[in-house]
Amino acid sequence: MSADKTCVVIVSGSLERIQMAAMVASVAAVSGHEVLVFLAMNALSPFIKGSNTLVPAEGEMGELMRELTGEKKVPDFRMLFEQGVELGDMKIYPCAMAMGVLGVEQQQLESYVGESSGLAKFLNEARGGQVWTF
Amino acid sequence: MAEKKIVDGRGSFCPGPLMELIKALKSSEIGDEIEVLSTDIGSAKDIPEWVKRGGHEYISTVEKNGVWHITVRKGK
Repeated sequence: MSADKTCVVIVSGSLERIQMAAMVASVAAVSGHEVLVFLAMNALSPFIKGSNTLVPAEGEMGELMRELTGEKKVPDFRMLFEQGVELGDMKIYPCAMAMGVLGVEQQQLESYVGESSGLAKFLNEARGGQVWTF
Repeated sequence: MAEKKIVDGRGSFCPGPLMELIKALKSSEIGDEIEVLSTDIGSAKDIPEWVKRGGHEYISTVEKNGVWHITVRKGK
């Protein structure tokens, strides 16, 4: 059976967008889709180990979600990505350019984040899939 | 012998209860029943949809005092 392919490109560093991206990607992964996630621009920093407090809310929803996350209400986006990788076929690619600009090495990123990719490689792998951009 | 497990997803928003169910299915045997408790109506709608596409058997959804009880049987 050829699987559906879902590609999620995250550019924003806002909590709302990263949370929505995490929900789409993780539910697609556990629904049998092949999922490719590309962490670009401002979306890379939240996946540096120890950066828990750096994700800014864009508006009211983000502020409310942050309050609720502490009491196990809204699933944490990092946990959703980790579960997507663990329970489904999800690969998370940090953008090579963003890593270069920030001066970040692979070992500084969360363990479920895969090896860096350039755009040509990502576009090639994303061929034929649905693309979601956040 | 088929077992019945309860997964307590109360208090968690979408897709928390679904993820908890999937983890429970992974550690279950074919034929086992799992009852998910959820206070999130989105999950009550989402879980049956996921279960039917995922090759498992959807048994029932019952709401009691604001808690949805969604029962499924592992099919593969």
